[in-house]
Amino acid sequence: MAETVFAPWDDPNEKPLIRFRNVTKRFGDFTAIDDLTLDIFEREFFALLGPSGCGKTTMMRMLAGFENPTGGAIELSGQDIAGVPPNKRAVNMMFQSYALFPHLSVWDNIAFGLRRESKNKAAIAARVEEMLKLTRLEKFARRKPHQISGGQRQRVALARSLAKAPKLLLLDEPLGALDAKLREATQFELMDIQEKTGTTFVIVTHDQEEAMTVASRVAVMDEGQIIQVATPERIYEAPDSVYVADFIGDVNILHGSAKAVGPDTYEVAWAAGQNPVHAASTRPFSDGQACHLAIRPEKVSIHKDRPAADNAVQGKVLDIAYLGNLSTYHVELPTGDIIKAQVANTRRISRRDFTWEDPVWVSWTKTAGVLLAK
Amino acid sequence: MRRAVLIAVPYAWLLALFLIPFAVVFKISLSDIALAIPPYTPTAKDGIWNMLSQLDFENFIFLTEDDLYWKAYLSSLQIALISTVLTLLVGYPMAYAMARAPEQWRPTLLMLVILPFWTSFLIRVYAWVGILSGEGFLNQFLMWTGIISTPLTILNTNTAVYIGIVYTYLPFMILPIYSALDRSDGSLIEAAEDLGCSRLKAFWMITIPLSRNGIIAGCFLVFIPALGEFVIPSLLGGSGTLMIGKVLFEEFFSNRDWPVASAVAVILLLILIIPIVLFQRNEQKQVEAEG
Repeated sequence: MAETVFAPWDDPNEKPLIRFRNVTKRFGDFTAIDDLTLDIFEREFFALLGPSGCGKTTMMRMLAGFENPTGGAIELSGQDIAGVPPNKRAVNMMFQSYALFPHLSVWDNIAFGLRRESKNKAAIAARVEEMLKLTRLEKFARRKPHQISGGQRQRVALARSLAKAPKLLLLDEPLGALDAKLREATQFELMDIQEKTGTTFVIVTHDQEEAMTVASRVAVMDEGQIIQVATPERIYEAPDSVYVADFIGDVNILHGSAKAVGPDTYEVAWAAGQNPVHAASTRPFSDGQACHLAIRPEKVSIHKDRPAADNAVQGKVLDIAYLGNLSTYHVELPTGDIIKAQVANTRRISRRDFTWEDPVWVSWTKTAGVLLAK
Repeated sequence: MRRAVLIAVPYAWLLALFLIPFAVVFKISLSDIALAIPPYTPTAKDGIWNMLSQLDFENFIFLTEDDLYWKAYLSSLQIALISTVLTLLVGYPMAYAMARAPEQWRPTLLMLVILPFWTSFLIRVYAWVGILSGEGFLNQFLMWTGIISTPLTILNTNTAVYIGIVYTYLPFMILPIYSALDRSDGSLIEAAEDLGCSRLKAFWMITIPLSRNGIIAGCFLVFIPALGEFVIPSLLGGSGTLMIGKVLFEEFFSNRDWPVASAVAVILLLILIIPIVLFQRNEQKQVEAEG
């Protein structure tokens, strides 16, 4: 285990770099951001994740200075930044379209911001060379943006926004225009660069895998509000609402009513004529309270015969999604509910145990699911 | 085969409507004035060889001897240059405002720029006579407001010519600049501001360079026709307005000296070839940059 875990958000003495305090932003009748409060700490790689129109881009534009909040305050290192124009903020942004200046070479694009604040040619040149090296663009310095590939353009945009060594770097869907393979490689590159420069990154994305890969913390947003802020593991393993559980990855949800049967253990009556299922939860539920049990497909196993498990339900195989390394079995229960079970394909496909219409049992342990109130 | 036909059409057009007339004019410019119909000699009736052997550059030499001509060329260049700059100064803000206007307004604004073409050019220039003359609307208005007590003399001066040229050629300046500005990406300005530019600085560093091709195209589209302009200086200009288009007209119709008039026209064309070639190069470069 690492000597010190990077978790400034758990330390009450740590001062946040950015502080949203009851921020509201309205465009006419439309409320883009609704009374939002959030702290982001120095050196964090913070992801704003949500469907399009959830307000994540508006938050980023308020940080960059292109929009001002309608209500509330945004603080950067303790200073209220309302009304400070974008060119006076120690914040730089990497645009979704990259916004590279087409009439300037790669070198001049990177030097653009430096030239605005300094006349020292040697210092600018040294900084540009440093950025070119960091993003492995030395060979392309003299080219114009239309003479390089999409991946290279992405790196120029990153180098340009990092050149002024901002306190905070904003990345608006930075990898959206790249193909899947390149995107994956670039995610690690971004993390590397973030670690090397020690800059605080805030990334906006609708790609949950991207957010999970790069971020130290993820904020899941919906309709101008933050639903949950936590580390990727907690977002995935311990979502605090059905919305988050459903938005991140695949999930089975059983709706029912809870009844305590032991310390931190509950029985969930989820369908008439079916045995109740058991789930452990540190979140208290009163007897008869409506609840939702969220179980990830990879935590559900599938068997020919009734297994000796905390929870087992019989059904038949309705569909099989073959993903190569994994297969997801869609098992239809007698109640009509469908439970997804994900199994690693450790054997060749011809030797698969189950096929369509096979009667099977699905099972999971009582700690596999998360019991949610909303 | 189809391609050959397609390419042949513009070339045939060019041959019939430009090269052949030019060859005729060039030939007349090498002839001598005569009291005949047509008013020059020799003609093809004298036999081809006979005709060719009598041609000479006398008229071109004459143009260099009488200072009226080179003064007219220089004065035309000056008027065309100044009016191009004025048109740019008026047209750029208009094009910029149009490109920044809400999306649903733009077709209407574009229509308004083109609308004057629905009325005859000649009538619109005559309208300016009514506006600018001593008893014209402008003077009446200014005297009514009390800004001036005696009418300003605008008509029949170079000022009136500048006003006329700027007014007439404004759409040719606005349209290419608008199309360049319309295509440019708004996030570039935001990026410039984000990197430390003020609004004004971002405009100089990003907007102007990105609309450069539109500016160049617009300037040529104004400069080239303004150089040979005849109607505007003859209707709005005074006796002191010296423009080569007017000289050309007078040589043809007042002096009926076709050979000298043709020589004036040939020289005018040679002067115009330089900006036309530059204009073509600019267009070509733009196509390449976008390709």
